[in-house]
Amino acid sequence: MHEEIIRLVNVSKSFDDQQVLQNINLSISRNEFVTLLGPSGCGKTTTLRIIGGFEVADTGDVIFEGKKINNLPPYKRNLNTVFQRYALFTHMNVYENIAFGLKIKKINKTDIERKVKEVLKLVNLSGYENRDIDSLSGGQQQRIAIARALVNEPQVLLLDEPLGALDLKLRKDMQLELKRIQQSLGITFIYVTHDQEEALTMSDTIVVMKDGKIQQVGTPQDIYNEPVNAFVADFIGESNIIDGVMVRDYYVEFAGRGFECVDKGFETNEKVDVVIRPEDIKLVPVEEGMLEGVVESVIFKGVHYEMIIYGNGIRWMVHSTMMEPANTRVGMKITPYDIHIMKKVTKE
Amino acid sequence: MKKHLMAYPYALWMLIFTMIPLALILFYSVFAIDDAGIHFTLDNFKRVFEPLYLAVFWRSIKLAAESTIICLVLGYPMAMILAGKNLSKKSILVVLFVIPMWMNFLARTYAWMTLLEKNGLIATIAGFFGIDLPSLLYTEGAVVLGMVYNFLPFMVLPIYSVLVKIDKTVVEAAEDLGANPITVFRRVIFPLSIPGVSSGITMVFMPALTTFVISRLLGGAHFTLIGNLIEQQFLTTMDWGFGSALSIVLMLMIMLSMGVTMRYEKENEGGGLW
Repeated sequence: MHEEIIRLVNVSKSFDDQQVLQNINLSISRNEFVTLLGPSGCGKTTTLRIIGGFEVADTGDVIFEGKKINNLPPYKRNLNTVFQRYALFTHMNVYENIAFGLKIKKINKTDIERKVKEVLKLVNLSGYENRDIDSLSGGQQQRIAIARALVNEPQVLLLDEPLGALDLKLRKDMQLELKRIQQSLGITFIYVTHDQEEALTMSDTIVVMKDGKIQQVGTPQDIYNEPVNAFVADFIGESNIIDGVMVRDYYVEFAGRGFECVDKGFETNEKVDVVIRPEDIKLVPVEEGMLEGVVESVIFKGVHYEMIIYGNGIRWMVHSTMMEPANTRVGMKITPYDIHIMKKVTKE
Repeated sequence: MKKHLMAYPYALWMLIFTMIPLALILFYSVFAIDDAGIHFTLDNFKRVFEPLYLAVFWRSIKLAAESTIICLVLGYPMAMILAGKNLSKKSILVVLFVIPMWMNFLARTYAWMTLLEKNGLIATIAGFFGIDLPSLLYTEGAVVLGMVYNFLPFMVLPIYSVLVKIDKTVVEAAEDLGANPITVFRRVIFPLSIPGVSSGITMVFMPALTTFVISRLLGGAHFTLIGNLIEQQFLTTMDWGFGSALSIVLMLMIMLSMGVTMRYEKENEGGGLW
């Protein structure tokens, strides 16, 4: 079921004495949709480029189907890339762009024509064969870039922030379309993005990266519900991150009082990060609350209201579909299950 | 309206120094002035097509074409090297390349005379090794050498400026699709650089076709080119009518060749000469 197709072993890479990747170990399965997620400069694009062969790792190995491909140039690798800014050949029309890889493989003309037609249908651009690249919109150019890569039937498709230049609506449509294409063709997608929502929407597995290191690997649910540290929690969705002390198993103190929780295995009185999602804080009448505070500001966000509530010396971010006006005194309630305790990340 | 006013000095300049001389040349070429007064004649143009002068045209075109091809063959790799270097080294290379252009054109050409002449530097060094070179100066090769030397930067710079603008990810995309370095060059880099090549060709071919200094200094009296012929008509034989007719024919040839190269330059992709 989970047959491995690519493995990175202790991959490190520096540019001009600046280390961008430190000991990356990662295993990617066949037919998996893997997203490398992280803020800019976290090394996610470099990781992708090492897999694509555009950069060579300083140390460590890249294994493709059990074979080391560390120094194999890109044109000998059985994978294709969709680039951030499409990188289409402007001196060719749509047909010639898509046929480029097939012509190099010396596939006969009728097969090329058939494949180009099929792939254009797949990206919903049938009949665009003779169009100039310059005459296409951004979204259409992106589809051509995807078609140009897919037509070669690669086992792995690398995508480097392919939707970054598109507007929100188009991006959402393309996310679903990419997921559909990936599922219908059954090929491995390795997708780079800094957009956590995009990662949650599309991925089977998310790899969260920061400062050239992998922070967490897991399903979207794992990453969202059980982030391993405050960075991941903060990066995947918004969070309240509070300093706390783990008094004993299942009992934590923060914001000046003690709370029941579901975590254990910390040292007695260990200093920890307490992470609470804004939607997990319930607003209740003052007398029913575990904490109380005053609403400082309210912003309407569409589905919910985002309120900043000051109480017990902390500014809490709370998401709720019910609005409490500013300056109201409110109570806040948090269930033990929604309190996430994380080891402090040692500052380097 | 102000923009209009600003243009007048230039329009005036163009009128005095370009349009009027051009009209005069046209006038001299088709009107003969003699005791009988001014009368229309095509005799000057008929003379242009005499075998003697056709041979001069042919030689000029041949030498200019040879120089252009050599410039292209030398200049393209040079432009690629310049475009490929990282930034700090690149600017030094570009400066080294451009410095000779700041020196006087005549000084550069005279320098070649002293290198090529019978007892010149090259012959001396060859003699040192026991090789007896014939005089290199006043040969067809010397003329072509002079043209290549003087006009090479005009080939390199337009190609270079197009090459540096090619998006690196387009090259990576081609590699990604299975193109080896040779295919990448043939199918992507070269086609994208054609606007630079065509302006390079224009920039070298035109001065090479019209030069009279290089051919006189390095070719001696043996290699009369159109430029020399025209110069002779105006300064030596004083046959302004014939000189004008030659100039007009030359101009038409240049316009024709520009028309051909322009067809390869799509709008907005023009090589951007510098």
